[in-house]
Amino acid sequence: MKRGPIPKTIASKKESRLRSGLFPKVALIVYLLLLMLPIYWLINLSLRPNEDIMSHMALWPHHPTLEKYFFILNDPTWVHAFGVSLTYVMINTIISVTVALPAAYAFNRYSFIGDKHLFFWLLTNLMAPASVYAMPFFNLYYAVGLFDTVWAVALAHCLFNVPLAVWILEGFIGGVPREIDEAAAIDGYSFPHFFVRIFLPLIANGIGVTAFFCFMFSWVEQLLATTLTATNALPFAAVMTRSYSASGMDWTLLAAAGVLTMIPGAVVIWFVRNHIAKGFALGRV
Amino acid sequence: MIEKPINNRAWLLVLPVLIFVLFSALLPMMTVVNYSVQDSMGANNFFWNGDAWFRAVLDPTTDIGARFADALIRNLAFSFTALLIQVPLGIAVALCLPRKGWAVGPCLVIIALPMLIPWNVVGTIWQIFARADIGLFGAAINWLGIPFNDTQDPISAWCTIVIIDVWHWTPLVILLSYAGLRAIPDAFYQAARIDAASRWAVFINIELPKLQKVLVIAVLLRFMQTFMIYTEPFVVTGGGPGSATTFLSIDLVKIALGQVDLGNAAAMSLIYNLITITLCYIFYTIMTQLDRRRDA
Repeated sequence: MKRGPIPKTIASKKESRLRSGLFPKVALIVYLLLLMLPIYWLINLSLRPNEDIMSHMALWPHHPTLEKYFFILNDPTWVHAFGVSLTYVMINTIISVTVALPAAYAFNRYSFIGDKHLFFWLLTNLMAPASVYAMPFFNLYYAVGLFDTVWAVALAHCLFNVPLAVWILEGFIGGVPREIDEAAAIDGYSFPHFFVRIFLPLIANGIGVTAFFCFMFSWVEQLLATTLTATNALPFAAVMTRSYSASGMDWTLLAAAGVLTMIPGAVVIWFVRNHIAKGFALGRV
Repeated sequence: MIEKPINNRAWLLVLPVLIFVLFSALLPMMTVVNYSVQDSMGANNFFWNGDAWFRAVLDPTTDIGARFADALIRNLAFSFTALLIQVPLGIAVALCLPRKGWAVGPCLVIIALPMLIPWNVVGTIWQIFARADIGLFGAAINWLGIPFNDTQDPISAWCTIVIIDVWHWTPLVILLSYAGLRAIPDAFYQAARIDAASRWAVFINIELPKLQKVLVIAVLLRFMQTFMIYTEPFVVTGGGPGSATTFLSIDLVKIALGQVDLGNAAAMSLIYNLITITLCYIFYTIMTQLDRRRDA
């Protein structure tokens, strides 16, 4: 069926309604405001003394104090814990992305015995509730002598981050045409050379996005992180849990620590925002 | 679709992944399997108990079985409610986001923030935020004339957990959908414009099919996470009031660590894990089959 050309005015009117209508903007702003409210409340709490928090509701801090922030930044336990958390998250992100890359390539480009089952088995590891496996994990890492090191947490988080990385990267690799592999093979590149020099730059976008997801899930996970550490490698979250019981609830301190935990994530998302904005459909478009 | 070449040496590329995942997955899993078929007289004295624990958990007339069935229904209801809100909301917000310009970066950072807050901090925020006397959320709901108390009233508690989850995890759906939308070439929209397609037709025929692969990840991840939800209800409501927010993970930890009933807890966690895997397998198969049919 052949359609005649539509008058330009209708098309552009439709276009403007589609792309730049007022409604989407208003809806977006309302959503962002609602999203920010709990975060604002956390910042609000972190600036008010405890008695003030427990006695009444205040929409903004009347006598703001940065006291607890200074307390955290000057206390070696908190600072050390912050470093520990960042360290295991980074180790985990590097391991996850590195081992997932060749596997994702294999899953996308070849079929081999048991590939589909293996892929789904990997995904099932995302479905193991950490609350159930915390104790066996403790036994395992204690037995191999890694207990209370950043490595224990970094390796334990691989359980869910490696499958996730394979899953996301597989999608990105699917977007790269197979002809490129074949052309490189004809040109006489060895596989490792081709993979590192030609293929990785093509999926740099995907590596950025995957690293962001690994960072995120490792940073926010605490059950395993606190189970697998005692004193040397105590993560930030565990120090927070400790301050619950010390002398009742110190809400200001907790809120201040909470605000500080958002900073690394915010920095990481700022770096990958362009990768996300560039778009990925995971697979052929 | 071009057939992939068969090459069993591809196993070598998968091997590192296998080693890392097996290291952490195998032994803990076997420990749980061990507990599930043994009973203990204390003092590390275990004997074979067969499938008795499994039968108890699966039989709703027993005490433990009834508990498991209740927690399972509660958890399924929670997961589906959360998904039904989050997936449409996430896609809708992604459609509202600006496609280019200075606002994209700041918007993405703000949207991603809730996901980057450690889970117990999320709980801490909402513990205060939802309180009717000193929290903005609780006070605002009461001010609207709706009685709300998340520590006393089961419905309030349940809704609070759903709202927390929506607040916390809709950003995941938004980010994935947004990236998916941005990957659609302009040619598709131009073709739609020539056909004078309505906004709705563009969404159904162009955007939604192109979003499929990212949505598979979003839906599956969200289902797994809601089905295993632990930290938020643990911190905010502690599973109460009564057992209104005692989801499967919370119940399991109560049985395993609270009552040190390892046999029942282990059998329960294996059944729980199998249910999760089965449901995910169904989702996964349906969504990837749809994909293949479209390709053909």
